[in-house]
Amino acid sequence: MTQSAFAPSRRIFLGLAASGMAAAAWSGPVRAAPVKTSARVVIIGAGAGGTALVNRLIDRLDGASITIIDPSEKHLYQPGLSLVAAGLKPASYTESRTTDWLPGGITYINKAAAGIDPETRRVTTSGGQAVDYDFLVVAPGLVLDHDAIEGFSLDLVGSNGIGALYAGPEYAARTWQAASKYTEEGGVGIFTRPATEMKCAGAPLKHTFLIDDIARTAGNAGKTEIIYAANNQSLFGVPIVSEKVRMLFENRGITPAYSHVLKSIEPGSQRATFATPDGDTELEYDYLHVIPPQRAPDVIRQSGLSWADKWTDQGWVEVDRQTLRHLRYPEIFALGDVAGVPKGKTAASVKWQVPVVEDHLVAAIAGTEGTATYNGYTSCPLITRVGRAMLIEFDYQNNLTPSFPGIIAPMEELWISWLMKEVALKATYNAMLRGKA
Amino acid sequence: MKDLTFTTLIAVFEEIFGRGLFWAMVVAAVVITAAYLYVLVRDRSMSMRKFLLAQLSMPLGAIAAVLFVQLITNSGFSDIGGPIDLIVLLGVASLGAVGIAVLVYTLQSLIRSRTG
Repeated sequence: MTQSAFAPSRRIFLGLAASGMAAAAWSGPVRAAPVKTSARVVIIGAGAGGTALVNRLIDRLDGASITIIDPSEKHLYQPGLSLVAAGLKPASYTESRTTDWLPGGITYINKAAAGIDPETRRVTTSGGQAVDYDFLVVAPGLVLDHDAIEGFSLDLVGSNGIGALYAGPEYAARTWQAASKYTEEGGVGIFTRPATEMKCAGAPLKHTFLIDDIARTAGNAGKTEIIYAANNQSLFGVPIVSEKVRMLFENRGITPAYSHVLKSIEPGSQRATFATPDGDTELEYDYLHVIPPQRAPDVIRQSGLSWADKWTDQGWVEVDRQTLRHLRYPEIFALGDVAGVPKGKTAASVKWQVPVVEDHLVAAIAGTEGTATYNGYTSCPLITRVGRAMLIEFDYQNNLTPSFPGIIAPMEELWISWLMKEVALKATYNAMLRGKA
Repeated sequence: MKDLTFTTLIAVFEEIFGRGLFWAMVVAAVVITAAYLYVLVRDRSMSMRKFLLAQLSMPLGAIAAVLFVQLITNSGFSDIGGPIDLIVLLGVASLGAVGIAVLVYTLQSLIRSRTG
């Protein structure tokens, strides 16, 4: 037997065990004591923003009457739709029940908000119920205006070479039916995006890259001709990223069609008409990915909460871009897609926005002023192929704001960024919904 | 990441594996580590024969860990895109190697007598 020099004593062993237990007992920063209040807080929307906020408010407020209003029984993990539409995850990957995420001790009204009267501080539901509030958070998401594309209807998705992954899990799965056929048979694939503000402006690019990659891996790259129809003269809102995407497109043989906004389709003859600065242009397609114009829900646009001089065709809520507080009604906040701020229609933005709204709302209830600010942070794991992505993070100023500077390069196609998207993102999202991240 | 604290990390890991499985794995890791320290203290020495077998098992643990990560994700070796990816790959392999070495050493010590 060999005698090693390493001969630990019982004392060392006990010391190690004790330090392990000390580490396990440490549970992070201590939260301030809850604010005692009888305030009535109403949240419209139980999506990413509304749910994450309510789970945090429940710990911050003692005695408040909190009501959350949402018509959908299903909660959607929308960042997963790109993966569903590329056949990498089933539709069920994005679905859960709204009630699974809501805390006890609040009122959940499973109806749509049908009216908001900011003067009398009253929300009416589609069930005719009136709910009065002292503070209101509007987080109903946005609506996809499919009717704005002439000749398009959701029934077409999955056949006739038409995809529309934004429309929900079922349509994302049907998008993959049409897209997978295209990756085998080839032809002209046209990938569009609307000219309005939109959810995750990286998603149209991800779908383009993924479908190109899947066709390439199947050995069918020679059969496909891929066109990316950009809404203006750039490929992404952040110039440095746009330039990177232009280089990747060139490398992959993807043709950008600048300032081509989808206007109408003829599904029978598989022709799409685009509005361009030089007038309408018609293109034939074998696969067409449709992302329609996006707007605030009617209830918001009719309530007088929207900007009067900005995005007038879209109706986003008039809020301060740093605090997300309404500029005319200080007891109202907007959160998520519906907020009238540049950028910021992603789950990552919501994660940054929720603590800001929480801070100002709780401060207002306590009679003080909040201090937290939102800098426009948005994050997009821009998938460039199955197995690689670029972890792009930026703010209002189009500055890149990497979370791991010097470690994870934002403009490089990396496996670790893909692992984050595929493994860690949904987990982080779920933790956010529970108010823990 | 905003507020990347210890509690956030725990919450994220709970969501990745499910709360039950995550804490079961934590307990398993703690038990194996404690058992390893126990046999070291009990024997008051490292047995180089047991350690040899543990070392021989390290490449297997490394390869198994890497293949496991690739199996649960849609990715493979060709997706390595930069230095950090290589570091992650080696990190995963190292964890697998050290993990299996500790496990093999501890199991031998517990199963065989302290004569080793």
